[in-house]
Amino acid sequence: MARQIGLSVERLEDPALLRGQMKYLDDLELPGQLHVAFLRSEHAHARITRLDVTRARALPGVHAVITMEDMERALGRVRMPLSASPTKATAAITPYILSGTEVAFVGEAIAMAIAGSRHIAEDAVDLMEIEYAPLPVIMSAKDAVPDTAPRVRTEASSNVFNRMHVNYGDIDAAFADAPHVFQEDMLQHRGCGHPMETRGVIAEPRMDGTMNVWSSTQMPHDIHQGILEVLGLEDDALRVITPEVGGGFGPKYCAYPEELAIPAAARMLGRTLKWVEDRREHCLTAVQERDQFWSLEIAVEADGRIRGLRGSLIHDQGAYALKAVNLPYNSATAVPGPYMVPALDMRVIITFTNKVPASSVRGAGYPQAAFAMERLMDLVAQRLGLDRAEVRRRNLVPPEKMPYTKPLKARSGAPVTYDSGDYIASQKEALEAAGWDGFADRQLEARKQGRYIGIGLANAVKGTGRGPFESGTVRVNPSGQVSIFTGAAAMGQGIKTTLAQICAEQLGLTADKVTVICGDTVAAPLGLGGFASRQLVTAGNTVLLAATEVAQKAKKLASHMLEADIEDLELLDGKVRVKGSDVSVTLAELARVLRGSPGYAFPPGLDPSLQSDAKWQTEALTYSNTTHVAEVEVDVDLAQVKILRYIALQDVGVRVNPMIVEGQIRGGIAHGIGNALFEQMIYDDEGQPLTTTFADYLLPTAPELPRFETLYRDTPSPINPLGAKGVGEVGTIPVTAAIISAIEDALAPFDIRIQQTPVLPETLFHLISTARARGLPRP
Amino acid sequence: MKQDLTLTVNGVSYTRAVEPRVNLGDFLRHDLGLTGTHFGCEHGICGACTVLVDGATLRSCLMFAVQAQGCEITTVEGLSDAQAPLHPIQQAFRDQHALQCGFCTPGMLLTVVELLDENPDPSEAEVRDAISGNICRCTGYQPIVDAALQAARTLKGGTR
Repeated sequence: MARQIGLSVERLEDPALLRGQMKYLDDLELPGQLHVAFLRSEHAHARITRLDVTRARALPGVHAVITMEDMERALGRVRMPLSASPTKATAAITPYILSGTEVAFVGEAIAMAIAGSRHIAEDAVDLMEIEYAPLPVIMSAKDAVPDTAPRVRTEASSNVFNRMHVNYGDIDAAFADAPHVFQEDMLQHRGCGHPMETRGVIAEPRMDGTMNVWSSTQMPHDIHQGILEVLGLEDDALRVITPEVGGGFGPKYCAYPEELAIPAAARMLGRTLKWVEDRREHCLTAVQERDQFWSLEIAVEADGRIRGLRGSLIHDQGAYALKAVNLPYNSATAVPGPYMVPALDMRVIITFTNKVPASSVRGAGYPQAAFAMERLMDLVAQRLGLDRAEVRRRNLVPPEKMPYTKPLKARSGAPVTYDSGDYIASQKEALEAAGWDGFADRQLEARKQGRYIGIGLANAVKGTGRGPFESGTVRVNPSGQVSIFTGAAAMGQGIKTTLAQICAEQLGLTADKVTVICGDTVAAPLGLGGFASRQLVTAGNTVLLAATEVAQKAKKLASHMLEADIEDLELLDGKVRVKGSDVSVTLAELARVLRGSPGYAFPPGLDPSLQSDAKWQTEALTYSNTTHVAEVEVDVDLAQVKILRYIALQDVGVRVNPMIVEGQIRGGIAHGIGNALFEQMIYDDEGQPLTTTFADYLLPTAPELPRFETLYRDTPSPINPLGAKGVGEVGTIPVTAAIISAIEDALAPFDIRIQQTPVLPETLFHLISTARARGLPRP
Repeated sequence: MKQDLTLTVNGVSYTRAVEPRVNLGDFLRHDLGLTGTHFGCEHGICGACTVLVDGATLRSCLMFAVQAQGCEITTVEGLSDAQAPLHPIQQAFRDQHALQCGFCTPGMLLTVVELLDENPDPSEAEVRDAISGNICRCTGYQPIVDAALQAARTLKGGTR
């Protein structure tokens, strides 16, 4: 068996991407397609008092204008269904497919213009006459909580969507008689996902009553289900396809109103419709993570060992819920992270606000949990006069306690069990690489030259590989080429190459002999898609099982054809061969035999097709762990932060393709650096978004980022056959905590405590100015 | 009112009637079917739609097609023929894993083409500066920088 797993195989995706030949959604041109543009709310909260689309309808080139009333007449409903894994939500919480009476955030879709070109469709939107009666606006999740607060939507009985209580252990005992209790309030904001390709939808109604829908999504099967439900189609009448996806990062995890409005309108008109989100629309309508207000108390022993952790978290959900609300649950349960916390008590309030709905962005609540916990670790170290790394070391789950079960439950109800890894060794190795022990001397030396350098560290764990399953079929074709059909979603991460490697190794091939078909509900009718750093674990193990079965079947048939014992056979170079001989049969020949010949029987014990179908299942998450160390220099006059070094150690289990893993980790770190220093979705008091261009909403660019120094420990996961753990979000989780710890360390002479993320230059300037007004740093 | 436009794209001359408000990128993508040029922001910041106009990089979302009358345009499709080996810069991107979702890649490639035309031996800082007008959400830029440096060595005739 030729080794493929563990090799940095060139990506199968790359040649077509590099030549500009790959087709993303907007690259598809269907015959007779019309274009859609949306009229969107200009107010964060208002009643619509008048909407007149007469002039828009009359514009030459306009085929139709569709409002909520039209949609309701056609569908018998106006609201989105709550997609996968619904919570026990009773109130009306989902967005409207189109809104016609009241709008609750800027950007909410009100009407759609359909025209021969996007230009004309946008002209038509400009001709729609709309008047609003503004209603009170709630912008801060904190302001939403009191019963006396105006309602975010007049239909809501309360702005509080949900309350959760996450707790275990005896929290009162942990705090009573605790030698030390420290408290911290924190404001965390995570901003937008911003894949470089925005969202987009094409719906093609066909003469036979069926429909094809293309969407740039992480979740084609979810969208399939949503459209079926809303349009009342039978399952087989709808095919959802994802073309090449130019990045996901969370915003493409949800099913959106446009993904229903466009198929619905296409059906009403009997025409193929296309809509591609522009960047401004993405800023207004794609989910963000936004604000969490944390208030935490930690009780510790005299030596810094944790006795208990309690506090509250207010989560800004925005105006609606597109999906079951997962972020605050992730945040509240992930706070203890890699540490032993004997008692936990977290009260979570999820409130609506007059902003675009919140849902996952790379990390999905985990980065906030890590930031909260790591800030507390720094606080404990500072107050007790201990080294920041030493406080952490004393509390990390030690390797001898693995697997370590926390008294918490994952969303599936399964216990939270850290399956493997040596967190203490991980931290030690990262610190050594960063020169942690010698840093204090370097820092003093720098300060003598008037330079403020600092170092920070952060640990994190990330639950990955969320189940319950992913689908996969492996088929050897009569040509010898192998196909994989899977419900996993390719969104730029290289999952096709990785799955091809896993398959190829079982079949004695190289990865380039394998074609992977993703994101097509006909090719793979069952599937969940891309989220929670799950696909290598779930789809990877599924493909491993399916390919192993195909290999066994190939040997069984070969054994019959070659008159050899199965034990004497091996798969190599596209053949099944009798070991140590030239006697062999190609996989292609075997596939041709199992394709069948009219009237001839299959060899005994064999059934049609050299193919296998698997669905590896899991309830448990597998936990990747990571330690990051950042070294920064702060220009205290300009409040600019320069990252001098960034060391990131990961344990992500078996790395199937180390090159792809490295790419995922670096990209994740870059995203985290954006969250720490640049990215903030800003609104004014009236709910008008102020950061709707890339000139206002800053993503990291090349000069701001350092070279990343990455290290890996490859502890196999014991809970899946591949030994794999998820990667995609892991790099992002500890970054804000590490960077801000480093900034605080650099500014130690200013006695500055940083309790928020991101730290934009103006924030830092204010903190430094305030300290200077207090006479700091002392000469 | 459409206007006649004649221009050369990747060595091929085209004449089309085009509305004055259609930008160059839309014209390339939808009138000529050269969909390798991508729009990431349509307001001139992200650089995904970068093409070469008479040898210089230009954001095709910020130029009307009719302004390109008589110009010579190079898009990503012009870097190498589909059947030919990859251009050394494309190959370097592949070798260094300098692309993931690939959406920013065409703009990055053409930006690096211009950089290496002007400065065949750039430093790392010069590469980072040159690509500072191109946003990539996937890679953290490091492999793109490394790819540009590799391509510089290749194009100078050195070994990779």
